[in-house]
Amino acid sequence: MNRFKIKPNQVETILSIRNLDKKFGLIHAVKNVSFDIQKGNVYGILGPNGSGKSTTLGIVLNVVNRTGGDYSWFGGKLETHEALKKVGAIIERPNFYPYMSAVKNLELVCKIKGIPYSKVEEKLTLVGLMERKDSKFRTFSLGMKQRLAIASALLNDPEILILDEPTNGLDPQGIHQIRDIIRKIAAMGTTILLASHLLDEVEKVCSHVVVLRKGEMLYSGSVDGMSANEGFFELEASDMQNLKTAIESHQAVDKIKEENGRLTVYLKSHLEPEELNRYLFSKNIALSHLVFRKTSLEEQFLELTSKQNKS
Amino acid sequence: MKRLLSIELQKIWMNRASRVLTVSYFVLLSSIALIASIKFDIGNFKFHLADMGIFNFPYIWHFNTYIASGFKLFLAVIIVSMMANEYSYGTLKQNLIDGMSKKEFITSKFLTVVLFAGISTLFVFVVSFILGLCFSSYTEADTIFMHMEYIPAYFLKLAGFFAMCLFAGILVKRSAFSLGFIILWYIVEKLAFLGIWYVTDKRETASQLISVLPLEAMSNLIKEPFTKLSIVRKAGSTLGVDDFGSSDVSLVTMLVVCFWIAFFVYFSYKILQKRDL
Repeated sequence: MNRFKIKPNQVETILSIRNLDKKFGLIHAVKNVSFDIQKGNVYGILGPNGSGKSTTLGIVLNVVNRTGGDYSWFGGKLETHEALKKVGAIIERPNFYPYMSAVKNLELVCKIKGIPYSKVEEKLTLVGLMERKDSKFRTFSLGMKQRLAIASALLNDPEILILDEPTNGLDPQGIHQIRDIIRKIAAMGTTILLASHLLDEVEKVCSHVVVLRKGEMLYSGSVDGMSANEGFFELEASDMQNLKTAIESHQAVDKIKEENGRLTVYLKSHLEPEELNRYLFSKNIALSHLVFRKTSLEEQFLELTSKQNKS
Repeated sequence: MKRLLSIELQKIWMNRASRVLTVSYFVLLSSIALIASIKFDIGNFKFHLADMGIFNFPYIWHFNTYIASGFKLFLAVIIVSMMANEYSYGTLKQNLIDGMSKKEFITSKFLTVVLFAGISTLFVFVVSFILGLCFSSYTEADTIFMHMEYIPAYFLKLAGFFAMCLFAGILVKRSAFSLGFIILWYIVEKLAFLGIWYVTDKRETASQLISVLPLEAMSNLIKEPFTKLSIVRKAGSTLGVDDFGSSDVSLVTMLVVCFWIAFFVYFSYKILQKRDL
């Protein structure tokens, strides 16, 4: 097996995408996208609808032809369709034969992937569909269909699980079930690539993120590193003028915004709330409101996409 | 190969509509035997089809394969819809994502087509053989196995037609429209015939030229057998028709059909390869 040749420290690259490009006629759906997927991480592809997420996934999954660029699975050792047998993927909506039962559909996937039927029941149990295993697929609710799709993607205990908008169109309960399953899978150490336009979805499960907008890659890296800022304070005191002068003279402060009778203070270096409070107290200012916040992914995302808009 | 076939057969067999059609097809194929029981007794005139010589070896090979090929439409519907359904269910995409290559996908469809044609051929062979043994006036071994070329011709005729259905299904993506496409193509071939006849003013040239087209070539593989019957011949010569043309299987036509099978399969693959799903 090849894996013994890899040095202990070296991270295994599962998927590598280089300068990928796709045009549908006049529409430039994916522009020069490059990133790597390393074993053991949970990746998010983030972008509004129509930003090229599904197209990018479609290309690496062998259903959309690329216009330019390249990609390779598992270091290029395998042909794409062979590599896909070690991948579990669900895209947009669950696609199964409506006239077959859940079990028969999964057995068909086993045949395609060339694996024994032994995992079928185990995976149906994992997604909570064991009771309905002999029901025809067309009788399933959307949530159940989506869970069956996840079971199907897990049949081969994949090296990587690719999920494209897995909670799209589901009711809150369905969304909750799917997220629970994803968390369970992530906890087992499976590499996951999750495409979504829902920021909190990505924020909750992903360690790394690729941000796309109109086919362009705006950011690729860790979720924490997406914006290098140190967070911000919201402050309020009875004497706002004094507060402002005092804050302006602090060395850790980057810039100040005044909104709705509150100061929003952005930092350029690290500052503990306690330290700030003590500092202001020494200046004879008592705060009536103090909140410290890290910038949320949503704000970072909006900041990132709006920056690009201006340029 | 076994894996690909078992994938495809599961898709077809689990579908109730396909299952019903397949079963009815084979029931109909065996119903050729029922022709034997066609009897009319109108006063002095006794008409008993089985005694007319249609079940005589080697004529029976020709007669039965001709009649049986009429039932191919049943399987054509299954083949077209098995392809079109893959598009409408989105399962074509899913199959590829699950690790089937486009080549394997087409191969599995084509193997199924060949299997259908093969089983039909075997079926017709067995039914004809038994009918012949029961009703034929001649049962010497060399008479029995004379003119067996109708059997491979029948196989090619089915395989060719099914390959065309497969191609239409992949091209058009909707089962009803795919069948419409084949009917349209049939009309196009006939119009081409009339067109060439009109332009060149020679019927012979026209029919020779269009005999390279797929549907025409397939239908030329097994031409109508009725003019071989002595009773029809007699009736014909009283009416002054002596030229009945040849209704033998021509090797050239077989090659033409083989070419079209290869053409349809190759371009099914090419279409699939080029398309974004």
